[in-house]
Amino acid sequence: MASNASANVIRTGSGSRFIIYLLLIFFCLYYLLPLYVMVVNSLKPLSEIQAGGMMALPSEWTVSPWFSAWSTAQIGVEATGLRPYFINSIMMVVPAVAVSTVLGALNGYVLTKWRFKGDTIVFGLLLFGCFIPFQMVLIPMARMLGLMGLAGTVPGLIFVHLVYGIGFSTLYFRNYYQQFPTELVRAAMIDGAGFFTIFRRIMLPSSGPIAVVCIIWQFTNIWNDFLFGASFSDFDSQPMTVALNNLVQSSTGVKEYNVHFAGAIMAALPTLLVYIIAGRYFVRGLMAGSVKG
Amino acid sequence: MTSADRTRNGNDWLRDALPKIVLSPSFAIVVIFVYGFILFTFVLSFTDSRILPSFGFVGWQNYERLFRVRAWDIAVNNLLIFGSLYIIICCALGLALAILLDQKIRAEGFIRTIYLYPMALSFIVTGTAWKWFLDPGIGLQAVVRGWGWESFTFEWIKDSDMAIYTIVIAAVWQTSGFVMAMFLAGLRGIDNEVLKAAQIDGASNWALYRRIVIPQLRPAFMSAFVVLAHMAIKSYDLVIALTGGGPGTATELPATFMYSYTFTRNQMGIGAASATIMLMSIAAIMIPYIWSELREKK
Amino acid sequence: MGFLDIKNATKSYGPVKVLHETDISVEEGEFLVLVGPSGCGKSTLLNMIAGLEDITSGDIAIKGRSMNGVRPAERNIAMVFQSYALYPNMNVAQNMAFGLEMHGVPKQDRDKAVSDVADLLQIQQLLDRKPGQLSGGQRQRVAMGRALVRDPDVFLFDEPLSNLDAKLRVDMRTEIKKLHQKLGTTIVYVTHDQIEALTLSTRIAVMFGGHVQQLGTPKEIYDSPANIFVAGFMGSPSMNLFPAKIGVTKGQAAAKVELADGKTASLPFPSDSPMSKHNGRDIILGIRPEAITDEDGADRNSNAIHIVNNHVEVTEPAGSDTFVVSYLGGKEVTGRFRADVDVEAGQTFPFAINMEKAVCFDPETENRID
Repeated sequence: MASNASANVIRTGSGSRFIIYLLLIFFCLYYLLPLYVMVVNSLKPLSEIQAGGMMALPSEWTVSPWFSAWSTAQIGVEATGLRPYFINSIMMVVPAVAVSTVLGALNGYVLTKWRFKGDTIVFGLLLFGCFIPFQMVLIPMARMLGLMGLAGTVPGLIFVHLVYGIGFSTLYFRNYYQQFPTELVRAAMIDGAGFFTIFRRIMLPSSGPIAVVCIIWQFTNIWNDFLFGASFSDFDSQPMTVALNNLVQSSTGVKEYNVHFAGAIMAALPTLLVYIIAGRYFVRGLMAGSVKG
Repeated sequence: MTSADRTRNGNDWLRDALPKIVLSPSFAIVVIFVYGFILFTFVLSFTDSRILPSFGFVGWQNYERLFRVRAWDIAVNNLLIFGSLYIIICCALGLALAILLDQKIRAEGFIRTIYLYPMALSFIVTGTAWKWFLDPGIGLQAVVRGWGWESFTFEWIKDSDMAIYTIVIAAVWQTSGFVMAMFLAGLRGIDNEVLKAAQIDGASNWALYRRIVIPQLRPAFMSAFVVLAHMAIKSYDLVIALTGGGPGTATELPATFMYSYTFTRNQMGIGAASATIMLMSIAAIMIPYIWSELREKK
Repeated sequence: MGFLDIKNATKSYGPVKVLHETDISVEEGEFLVLVGPSGCGKSTLLNMIAGLEDITSGDIAIKGRSMNGVRPAERNIAMVFQSYALYPNMNVAQNMAFGLEMHGVPKQDRDKAVSDVADLLQIQQLLDRKPGQLSGGQRQRVAMGRALVRDPDVFLFDEPLSNLDAKLRVDMRTEIKKLHQKLGTTIVYVTHDQIEALTLSTRIAVMFGGHVQQLGTPKEIYDSPANIFVAGFMGSPSMNLFPAKIGVTKGQAAAKVELADGKTASLPFPSDSPMSKHNGRDIILGIRPEAITDEDGADRNSNAIHIVNNHVEVTEPAGSDTFVVSYLGGKEVTGRFRADVDVEAGQTFPFAINMEKAVCFDPETENRID
C-alpha cells in the first residue's frame, strides 16, 4: 500500500510537513481521549471523579472499580456484576459466528463456482438482507422466538444473529471466491473430485484470509449488538452490551462512574483485542462490507 | 431401464442438485426471516395492533396518526439534522485525514490503527464514555472550571436544543476513522502517472488535489455516503446509551421512536408504520447501490 | 468411426448459437489443433469434449462410447489449462497424484506413476515444491505432467502456451511436439496462434463465427485455404488478397491485374489450371508473400514464374528477409525478398510472381474456386 502513496509524486516542504505531523498528532489525541478517560477513571476512587478530576491521572490508584464491575455491581435487580453477562455474550457469539461463517463459505462457493440461472438475484436478496433496518423484523421475530420456545434465551439470540449474519458471510466469501480461478475447479472436476471434495481440498485451503475477515467481522458485530439483545433477552440471558447499559442507566443510588468506565472497558476489551491483534483483517472486512459487489 | 441405471440416474440428479440443496437453507432463512418478516410488519402497519399483533385492518390510519404525532416529527427532524451533519463532517474529516496520511508519513500504520479503533467498539461503550465526558457535573465543563476558567459552560447534553449535536460528536468520533480508511484506499488507487503528468503541466499541490485527485475519489464518496446514510437511519444504540432519547424527547430518532411506540407504549400498528418508513428510506439508498454493484461485476 | 467423434454437435446459450453443427472425427494418435480468433467457438468445443459444458444437440463419442451426460471425471480425459490451474495448496507431486487419488488408485501406484512421469518430463527435483515457487515454464511442465499421469484416452490443451514469453513458448512448443511423437497420444489442442497450429498439428480445424471453416492437414490449410478467412488467418505475414479478372486465350488462363501505375498486367496460371473454365470472371487472387520475390529468389522448380515491373512503396528489412510493399489490384501487397537485394522505396522493380502458388476466391461467397 505505502509504496503507492501520492507523496511519491506530490512533494511538500518541511514547513508544511511540520504542520501535517502536528495535525496528525492532534487527531491521535482526539481519538484516544475517550479511551484515556475510560482507563484513567476506572482506576481512581469515585471521589476524585466527583471532585472534577476526570482528566487527571489517579492520585490514588485502585482496581476496586474493576472488581466491583466484574462481580458485585448492581445490574437490574441483582448485584451480580457483569460476569454472567460476559459469559452470556461468549456463549452467544461463538456458535453464531461459527455457523454463519460456515454457511457463508458454502453459499459463496455455490454462488461463484456452481452458478445457475438466477444466482445473481439470490445473491442480491441475501445482500439486501444485510442492510435492512432491523426494526422491521423485531415484531415478527419476537413472535417467532416465542413459537419456537426460544424467547428470552441465549439460543434464541444465537439464532437471531445467525439468521442476520448469513448475508455478510456470504458477501465476503462470494467476493473472495469470485477472484478464485474457476479453472482450478474445472481441473479438479476433470480429476474426479465432487462438490464437497473440491470445496474441502481446493477451496478451503486457500480461504484462510477471508475466513479470518469474516470471523472478525461477525464477532465484532454480534458482540457489539444491542438492539437484538435488548429486544429478545431476559434478565438472565442478557448480553454484555445490554447489561452495561443497564448498569450505566440505573437510576438508583449513587452513580459509580469509575465502575461504569471499568464495565465499559470490559465490554470493549474482546473486540478491541481482536482489532489490535488482527487489525489488518478487520479493516479489510470493513472495506469489503462497504465497497461491495 | 435396469435398477442399476435407475440408481445411477438418482445419484446424477442428486449430484446436479447438490449446489442448490446446499444453498437452499440460507435462501429459505432469508426469504422467511427477512422478506417474510418485512411483509408481516408491512401488513401490521395497516392494522389495529396494539400490545399484540391483531388483524383488524384500518387502512392508512396508522400512517396518518404517525405523521400527526409530535414525537415522530421531532424524530424525523433530528434524523435530518443528525444525518446531514454526520455525513458531511465524517466525509470532510475522513478526506482531510486521508490526504494528510497519504504524505509518506512515518508510523502511518500506527496512526491509522489509532484513527480506526473506535470502529471496533460497541456504540454502548462509546455512548457511555461520551455520556460522562460531556456531563456538566463531572466531565469537560467541571474539568475546565477546575483548571480555573470558572465561567466555562458546556451543557449541550442537558440542553434540549443542543443535545442532538452531542450525538453527532460521538458518532463522528466513532466512524470518521473508517471513512478515512475508505478515502485512503481510494487515494492509493489513483494512478501516479496521471499526477506526474499534471505536475509537468504545472499544477500546484492544491490544484492537483482539487482538480485531479478528489474528482477521482467519486466512488469512495459514493460508498461513504451509502454506508453513513444507512448507519444514520439505523442509529439506535448510541442514542440509548448517550442520552436515552432525552432530555425529554429531544434526541429521539426514528429507530428509538419505533422501539418505544411498539414495545413500551403498545402502539404496535404505529410502530410498524414507522419501521416501514425506515425501510423505505434505506431501500431508496441501498437498492440502486446494490443494483449498480451487481451489474458492474457481471 | 474414429477414436474421438464429434457428430453434429452444437452449442447455444439461450437464443445465441455459439457453435454451429460441427463434425470432426479424430483418429487415435492424432494431434488436432482448433485454431481461430477469440470468440470463434474453439474453447467452447474443447469444453464440450471435456464435459465442462453441456452439448446442446448432437453427440460426442470417445472410443465409440457416447459422452452425452457423462461427467468430466468419467470420460478418461485430461486437460491442460491456460493458467495451468495447479492447486496452490498442494505440492507438485500431490498435484500430479490428485486425479489418481480421486479415482481411488492406491498410494503405491500413484507414487510410481508420478515418479515415472516426473522422469519423463525431467521435473523430479520439483516434486516437493508448491506451484507458487515455480517459474512459468516449470508450471507448464507440471500441468502436462498432471495430465500425463492419468494416462487418459484424450489430452485436451486449452491455449497452454499463451502465458509464456516468446522464447519459452517456442521451446515448449518443440517439447510438446516431441512428447506427442514419443507417446503417440491423442491430443485436441486449442490456440489462437496460427504458427502453433501449423507446427504442432497433424490436422487443423480453423474456426470462425462458430463454424469450422476448414478441416485439413497443415499443408492443405496453408496451400489451399478453403476461403478468404482461412487464407487471411493462417500464415504470417498473411496472404496477399487482391481483385483480378480471368482472361482465357487459346485455352491458357491468366489473371489480369492492375499495377501500381494503372496499367494492367497479365499473370498466366499453370497450363493445367482449372481457371480456364472461368473466362471473364471477377475473382480475388490470393498469393502468399513468399511467392512474390525478387527474380533470383524465385522458386527454381516452379514453371509458372512471371516477372512484373511494379512500383515499390515501402521496404521493411527484417534481417533474414526484406519485405517489399507494392500495389496490385489497388491493394497493398507484400513480397518476401532476399535480404541482400538492393531495392528501395520509389523504384520500379521487377517482381517474380509464382503463379503455381496462387489461389482464386469468389468475391461474393469468399470460397476458393477450383
